[in-house]
Amino acid sequence: MTTPAGGWESVPGLADVKEAHGETTLVVEPRNLIDAATYLRDELGFGFLSDVTAVDYLGWSSKGVSGFIGTPGGRDLNRPMTQGYQALPEAKPKRFAMNYHLLAIADHPQRVRLQAWVEDGEPVPSVVPVWPTADWHEREAYDMVGIQIDGHPNLVRILMDDDWEGHPLRKDYPLGGEPVRFSGEE
Amino acid sequence: MAVATQRRIGAPVYTGSRIPQPTPSVLRTSEEALATGDVLTVNFGPNHPSTHGVLRLIVDLYGEDVTGVEAVIGYLHTGFEKNMEQKTWWKCITYPERIDYVSFQNNEYVFVAAVEKLLSLEIPPKATWMRTLLNELNRIHSHLVWLGTSALELGAISMFWYAFRERETILDLFELVAGYRMHTRYFQVGGLAEDIPRGFFPQTRSFCDWMPKAIDDYETLLSRNKIWLERTEGIGLLSADDAIALGQSGPVLRASGVDWDIRRDEPYLAYHQVDFRVPVFPEGDVYARYRVHIEEMRQSVRIVEQCLDRLERMEGEPWIADDRKVVLPPRHELHTSMESLIHHFKIVTEGFRVPEGEVYVAIESPRGELGCYVCSDGGPKPWRVKFRAPSFVALQATATCMSDALIADMIAVVGSLDTVMGEVDR
Repeated sequence: MTTPAGGWESVPGLADVKEAHGETTLVVEPRNLIDAATYLRDELGFGFLSDVTAVDYLGWSSKGVSGFIGTPGGRDLNRPMTQGYQALPEAKPKRFAMNYHLLAIADHPQRVRLQAWVEDGEPVPSVVPVWPTADWHEREAYDMVGIQIDGHPNLVRILMDDDWEGHPLRKDYPLGGEPVRFSGEE
Repeated sequence: MAVATQRRIGAPVYTGSRIPQPTPSVLRTSEEALATGDVLTVNFGPNHPSTHGVLRLIVDLYGEDVTGVEAVIGYLHTGFEKNMEQKTWWKCITYPERIDYVSFQNNEYVFVAAVEKLLSLEIPPKATWMRTLLNELNRIHSHLVWLGTSALELGAISMFWYAFRERETILDLFELVAGYRMHTRYFQVGGLAEDIPRGFFPQTRSFCDWMPKAIDDYETLLSRNKIWLERTEGIGLLSADDAIALGQSGPVLRASGVDWDIRRDEPYLAYHQVDFRVPVFPEGDVYARYRVHIEEMRQSVRIVEQCLDRLERMEGEPWIADDRKVVLPPRHELHTSMESLIHHFKIVTEGFRVPEGEVYVAIESPRGELGCYVCSDGGPKPWRVKFRAPSFVALQATATCMSDALIADMIAVVGSLDTVMGEVDR
């Protein structure tokens, strides 16, 4: 993954740049999302929106995670989470993350993740005017995770029924299940 | 939009954009047409033989002209992503295969690849080559199902029998390898679940010898068939710009004249070591999509042959990484080694841990860019898994492709987008 000539600093409203696992994540404030998206599309060639993923981080880092982690070289005894030590995942700024996975179709293709953080009920501007393909992706984010999309032309449920209550991919959505009736029961 | 200029071939299919406004995926009937009072709204699906599952299209008709179309999905939603959050990493592998039940091994691979990326695990060459081989066999399988069913819907019934004859052979090969004909679950995190069985290479060889002849047969039946040409040529137009704006990928994108294939341009597995050609057609119609599928099958046979050449020389090499924190120990060790028994027990009961982080892995599935976003908090279960399903995105193009179509073209258009509803609704 290469950085563009001027670096990522020229992206409007850029709050943070993260590099991990060979992937670049550009964090922007939701109010700057459209500016950043338009800039990435027109100036840096990210004309292809691969995917929009909404993630609910409710309960993230509220309890430690412990256990052994395998690495290519085996196990590093001094690393947290080996030997059963607990490690706390790094805290997230807000409850929900909207991830926009972008691709630049070119001779040297590039991928980047545009990320915006929101609280429950806080709206994210719709990127449909920038990438028309976001239409269904954003409807899915609204349907499954309950992200409020501002300015979407047709924000209705897409996978669940129109009269469904709740957003199934939220972490506080009950798993539930059908009550089972046994033969001996009244 | 100045995108992908260096990757485009051929003249534009049409000028300007045909993407409906303001909602890109809904074609609305114009006020003038509605004012005539002759517009009939028809509900097509969700249960209809030519909707490839349970797709519902709400179609406005003025005579035989389609004036409005809206796709309604969700009838096959089964909550795969939510389910995967409740399962340990290694148990999750069975889910992606069922998301797209026609290209199961590609789906299986993309999830396994995402987990391996988080673990930064190295895969033995034998596993890499075998995965490449199976992914390509799976591509042929998926294209055969597409060819058979799409031709069937347009009246070419015999195509269906021919395509499914070769599909049987491929499923036999999968059965030989994994014991299952579909949903093989043959890829493990770290490599393959089992060694390649004896007899697989010669049987695959004979398939590779036969398959090009079979593809010639298909072409004899369809490529210059007058009925087929009239049903497909100039139907369902999609320009390169619109295809990119609508996020189209795979055969649909390449049939619109965009020279883009993740296997060649962002190589994964062993694709940088094999020789193959990426077919691109600039016409942007249903016939071009058919040509792309046919050519891709030929290229896939070539890749399978090259994989066989390599694999035949890898007798006795390991097929799975030797990392006891992630990979199950060999079965025979369990009787003699306490350490192996503990590892086995821990991985099976508790599952292995995957370091904290988020990754997005994209591969070229038979339907296009198949992406897998995986987020881990460092625990034994995924925090979030999301699939970028190429069919889900392809269906959004229905409205654009149908902008000047007749009702009979709708079957050809929806068929040519190659959607699998399991993947659309997940």
